Amino acid sequence: MSVLEKVRPAAAKPATAREPRVTDEHGRRIRVWELVLRYLLLLAVLALTVGPFVWQLSTSLKGPTEDIFSSPPKFLPSDPTLHNYERVAETIPVWDYALNSLKVATANVVTNCVGAALAGYALARLRYRGRRAATLAFILAMLVPVEGIIIAQFTTMRELGLNNTLIGVVLPGCIGAMNVLLMRNAFLNLPYEIEEAAYVDGANVWQRFLRIAVPSVKGTLAVVAIFAFMGAWDDFLWPLIVLSDPSKFTLTIGLNYLHGTFANDERLVAAGTIIAVAPLIALFACLQRYFFRGVGEGAVKG
Amino acid sequence: MSSVTPVRRQLPVSPWLFAAPGLLITGAFILYPFVSTLINAFTDRRTLIPGEFVGLANFRELLNDDMFWVGLRNSTLYVVGVVPALVILPLLLALLVQKNIPGITFFRSAFYTPVVASIVVVGLIWVWLLDERGLVNSLLETIGVGRVGFLSDQWLLLLSAMAVTVWKGLGYYMIIYLAALANVPRELHEAAAVDGAGAVRRFLTVTVPAVRSTMVLVGALSSVAAFKVFSEVYLMAGPSGGPAGEDTTLVMLVQRTGTGLTGRVGYASAISVVVFVVTVALMLLVLRADRRDES
Repeated sequence: MSVLEKVRPAAAKPATAREPRVTDEHGRRIRVWELVLRYLLLLAVLALTVGPFVWQLSTSLKGPTEDIFSSPPKFLPSDPTLHNYERVAETIPVWDYALNSLKVATANVVTNCVGAALAGYALARLRYRGRRAATLAFILAMLVPVEGIIIAQFTTMRELGLNNTLIGVVLPGCIGAMNVLLMRNAFLNLPYEIEEAAYVDGANVWQRFLRIAVPSVKGTLAVVAIFAFMGAWDDFLWPLIVLSDPSKFTLTIGLNYLHGTFANDERLVAAGTIIAVAPLIALFACLQRYFFRGVGEGAVKG
Repeated sequence: MSSVTPVRRQLPVSPWLFAAPGLLITGAFILYPFVSTLINAFTDRRTLIPGEFVGLANFRELLNDDMFWVGLRNSTLYVVGVVPALVILPLLLALLVQKNIPGITFFRSAFYTPVVASIVVVGLIWVWLLDERGLVNSLLETIGVGRVGFLSDQWLLLLSAMAVTVWKGLGYYMIIYLAALANVPRELHEAAAVDGAGAVRRFLTVTVPAVRSTMVLVGALSSVAAFKVFSEVYLMAGPSGGPAGEDTTLVMLVQRTGTGLTGRVGYASAISVVVFVVTVALMLLVLRADRRDES
């Protein structure tokens, strides 16, 4: 806010003393009734989008004696308890499943960042025969609908003897074609002169890659990392197909199992879903910027 | 790495070393399975039996398979139901959160929360909300409408699943629209306002044409995703696809037919080929509609 802007409303103070000075993105003033309407709509959408999570949390905190089916519904637990979280851990090895999910997601982050950065750099910077063919391969791979090839992926995993292992869960998506293309574009947007200067100074290709190129694309790398983590943590169809041994389940598959087996116990399922969603909401709260940036970059390329 | 290497020509192997891990993974787990799906579709391969070439037998069987038609119907209905909502609602939402009023970043983030959550979490949250004795039904009973069997009726189930898909996708497409709206020149709005156009009129004559290419993009992305729907319906209707399997989608059918020790890999691949063909057709259709609009 500049000084000028602060002075202007002061002149008109008597009439608008209690009216907050709110402007839109162009610096124009928004009328009060419009503002009230906006906030009412925003709150309504908030209730619709976040409300279900809150209701789930509330259900998970309600004790065994509290009626969770009451009509009209009771939104706050009368006597909040963590009992359901203990029970869900007694029913399924939920913390082992969380650990499996964490392993899968972490591995997916590392392989995607390293693999996509390397391949993206090769596509963007290095001169070699077959570069166009390699780029085309990644573009084609990005266009293949994964849901259509899961059966063939499963038979491939079987042939490799990796079905029913966490490695089998990670492998197919461990270097996403879209991430490779994202990194390629990030490298292409860097000014070439710096690397040229380093080349003249005697830096070899690894040194140029590690010391100059990679540090300049940290933002895109963060986007790749976040979406790799979220993708692996949230994935359902592929782990459902490749994992059959309950001791190897990831959280999503474990929750599906819990739901299928103990469907009548809503408090239990609610506690399980909160365990599964809380880490991601925390991650999102800390790193929103990259989540939003990823949507933009992904949509343009996808 | 610390030793200073003299200026030398780049070794011809290093580019391939850089690209190798990515190419290997993509080749082995995306491109090869894609090609083998196309080939398997013409065989009677099973999980444990290699199978033989059977020509078009799988596709002929598809034509007489009631479940295939159920799946094709449901996946198509899904596109018809979900895509218009996902093209329009997020745009309205983006307009709502576009102005920088106090607290707006909180609302933007909050509206994005369903995108971050796993589809399994989202599915189970809604299974509980829409339960015969769940929150939605308690509210409906409180206001005197009475309870509705969202998860027991074949059509209501499909509709509920669609609503969940839209609910989960809103925030994602909202962000895409926000980026597009930021590029709409403000002069256009002002000129229209000076000419006496109301909010609705300005929306239709200024906003919509300005973000039209984004609407096409959202239409293409959401229709392809909608046709391949699996998780929402699987979780809400159950693995067998609701009453008498009537809520089965094509990808659910692929999963059900092709997995397990007796999985019919060949037949499931034939269904997958149908999924590919329709997906490509949908993309072309949306892009063509776009071109026709332009002329």
